[in-house]
Amino acid sequence: MGLDSYITLKDVVFSRSDRRIFSGVTLDIPRGKITAIMGPSGTGKTTLLRLIGGQLRPDSGNIIVDGQSIPELRRKELYTFREKMGMLFQSGALFTDLSVFENVAFPMRVHTKLPEDMINDIVLMKLEAVGLRGARNLMPSELSGGMNRRVALARSIALDPELIMYDEPFAGQDPIGMGVLVKLIRDLNSSMGLTSVLVSHDVQESLSICHYACIIADGKVIGAGSPEELKNHPSEQVQQFLHGHPDGPVPFHYPSAAAAEDFGVAGGVS
Amino acid sequence: MIDRIASLGRSGADVVISIGRAGRFLAGVLSGVPRPVTGFPLLMKQLYSVGVLSLAIIVVSGLFIGMVLGLQGYTILSDFGSEAAIGQMIALTLVRELGPVVTALLFAGRAGSALTAEIGLMKATEQLSSMEMMGVDPLRRVIAPRLWAGFIAMPILAIIFSMVGIWGGMLVGVEWLGVFEGSYWGNMQASVDFWDDVVNGIIKSVVFGFVCAWIAVYQGYDCVPTSAGISSATTKTVVYSSLAVLGLDFVLTAVMFGNF
Repeated sequence: MGLDSYITLKDVVFSRSDRRIFSGVTLDIPRGKITAIMGPSGTGKTTLLRLIGGQLRPDSGNIIVDGQSIPELRRKELYTFREKMGMLFQSGALFTDLSVFENVAFPMRVHTKLPEDMINDIVLMKLEAVGLRGARNLMPSELSGGMNRRVALARSIALDPELIMYDEPFAGQDPIGMGVLVKLIRDLNSSMGLTSVLVSHDVQESLSICHYACIIADGKVIGAGSPEELKNHPSEQVQQFLHGHPDGPVPFHYPSAAAAEDFGVAGGVS
Repeated sequence: MIDRIASLGRSGADVVISIGRAGRFLAGVLSGVPRPVTGFPLLMKQLYSVGVLSLAIIVVSGLFIGMVLGLQGYTILSDFGSEAAIGQMIALTLVRELGPVVTALLFAGRAGSALTAEIGLMKATEQLSSMEMMGVDPLRRVIAPRLWAGFIAMPILAIIFSMVGIWGGMLVGVEWLGVFEGSYWGNMQASVDFWDDVVNGIIKSVVFGFVCAWIAVYQGYDCVPTSAGISSATTKTVVYSSLAVLGLDFVLTAVMFGNF
């Protein structure tokens, strides 16, 4: 790719309960850029983020983040290393017994010894960045889905991470909420110099903000490159995914016995 | 036939694997140096929710069980003209057996199920995962304070249960049925030994508290993160805790009072 890689996946193989999720994924994620990882539902996009974050270990292959091999880290080292990663979960994953303010303050209270007035200022700045300074006293149950995700975003940037991973940030969002998140992801990346990894199946939104994208299907990378390169990619499977064609290399029908057999029609059904 | 044997073997292997996982989980929770500054407020919060909030059910149950013991004891003992021994009977029954066992069963139903459901829901809503990704170990932050709180709260609750039960027995035996108050307390004082009865009862409740809290937090942490999974884990907590308490009670009683 010719760019400085922040994350490198080398021949990553991963299985879960006898089911092969990745059969040799090799991927470079450039430093300081937004990389979109796209693919049909159930292809293991979230699993890929968990592998990068060290929550799962690959069966074989290596995952290198900022020069450090993640599977080789011991538990304690891994927890320390994660302080430079932020992750936005699909559900937001806010702590339901803490207010918005306390949710954002949580990582600082655990990892730093900052005085209370400084924590207060930083939390308000982070909430200001996502437009929710006024919601600081609300509880998570009082937030809309979009606000919930923005608070989670403020929390994941609380410690000024180098890497931020977004798990399906646009899923279930109305057009305004989606627009807000697109703007926030783009602005945060440029203002904080973050490396952003975005997992999504919202093709248009993802391609509109990413510098680099890759499509995963059937346990491997089927297409990678800039958004322009992907749009002109020769693979039929890539084109089917990008344009949402109902039938193609990924068939409309789930594999089944011959229709004639199921319907009990002698001579077959065309 | 071969299939049955294979399935029996698989079930046996599953049980052993599950116990091994629970053991590794416990080692993970208990390993590491406790941090008093951050850990103490978390422990206090959990002591409140598993201990203080369980008080109502423990006190009410203790009162009624003491009162029932008073009634039954009086009926049986008066046949032999020895109703004066009712205080001794109630105290020994409560301190040795009913206090630790019934408290543990109530604790599993009230606090254990709540712990499992809470942790399971935290897992299902990715709160535990998000904690891990923030570099915070949920075993230390979420699980350890809950385990310790159960361990500390259980013996205290069992003592309160026995005290309220003895008082309830007195209400029925002395105030209602007219047993002489002096013999109620006097017989009790003469026959209940601090080390043999009270301390052994407390040791039982310490063991039960540890086992109930361990089962509850493990089931929550290990549950399938769906609504059906949490429901099944909560049920397992109550069933496994109850069986473990009753089984362990037999073993402990045999060791403590068996006189082999």
